[in-house]
Amino acid sequence: MTAMSLGPHASFIVTSYALASAVVLLLIVWIAIDYRRQKARLRELEASGVVRRSGRGAADV
Amino acid sequence: MTLIDLANPTRFLNLTSRVLPWLAAATAILLLIGLYQAAMAPDDYQQGATVKIMFVHVPNAWLAMFVWGVMSVAALGTLVWRHPLADVAAKAAAPIGAAFTFLALVTGSLWGRPMWGTYWEWDARLTSVLILFLMYLGLIALWRAVEDPSRAARAAAVLTLVGALNLPIIKFSVDWWNTLHQPASVLRMGGSSLDRSFLIPLLVMAVAFSLLFVTLHLAAMRNEILRRRVRSLQMMQASRRSA
Repeated sequence: MTAMSLGPHASFIVTSYALASAVVLLLIVWIAIDYRRQKARLRELEASGVVRRSGRGAADV
Repeated sequence: MTLIDLANPTRFLNLTSRVLPWLAAATAILLLIGLYQAAMAPDDYQQGATVKIMFVHVPNAWLAMFVWGVMSVAALGTLVWRHPLADVAAKAAAPIGAAFTFLALVTGSLWGRPMWGTYWEWDARLTSVLILFLMYLGLIALWRAVEDPSRAARAAAVLTLVGALNLPIIKFSVDWWNTLHQPASVLRMGGSSLDRSFLIPLLVMAVAFSLLFVTLHLAAMRNEILRRRVRSLQMMQASRRSA
């Protein structure tokens, strides 16, 4: 049997890897979208004249 | 830069921006190597090719517990040292830990069906990991339910430390009770009982998933710091309007 021949239980193996990939990808996308959303909110607030006491803006992070 | 310097969120954000691309690249490379080695690993004489599920199941199961351990240290940081980033670290880790625990449960179930003849058994190991998953969800719900981050932080820290009692139960459940789950075969007295052809891909995948956690955790902590800045600016804006 070759290394990539998955035998009679191939569907269980493929589902495991596919699910792990999907969940990891979902985490990455969720974190990336959240980052963009928070930065956009900070920019909006700064544009409306609300700034941090340190004077640093969203672009500084 | 010393560890105490990282207590400053701005310094932490600067460090995160510099480190994250390198961590992400290292994670991707190590995951690719691990997946290649997992694909090339031989079949087990008893389990056949289903042994390949081990290379995703075991790292996720280890991380499910490790992340709660990280959150427990962060909980001590919140309650004892009042470290400004401790609650940020714990809150950012919870959804990632929940995802790893979910994957450990589902891949374990998918491994169990062909090996044990059942997807699920209410034995000590499986049940204690399910409880861990529910505790992750409970903590996430708690952080979402309490609006004031400092009040939520203390309650979440106490709950996290109480939940840490489940970690030794998970680890030793296979020794203390009769269970379908096999006993420890890597982290055990007397060394690993796994053949090198399985052990090396497993360790590579474990390091890859650990790096993945560190990368995602740092990125999620950065998001949480920004979220708290947004909240404080919104409160400043609201107080200006009402004045």
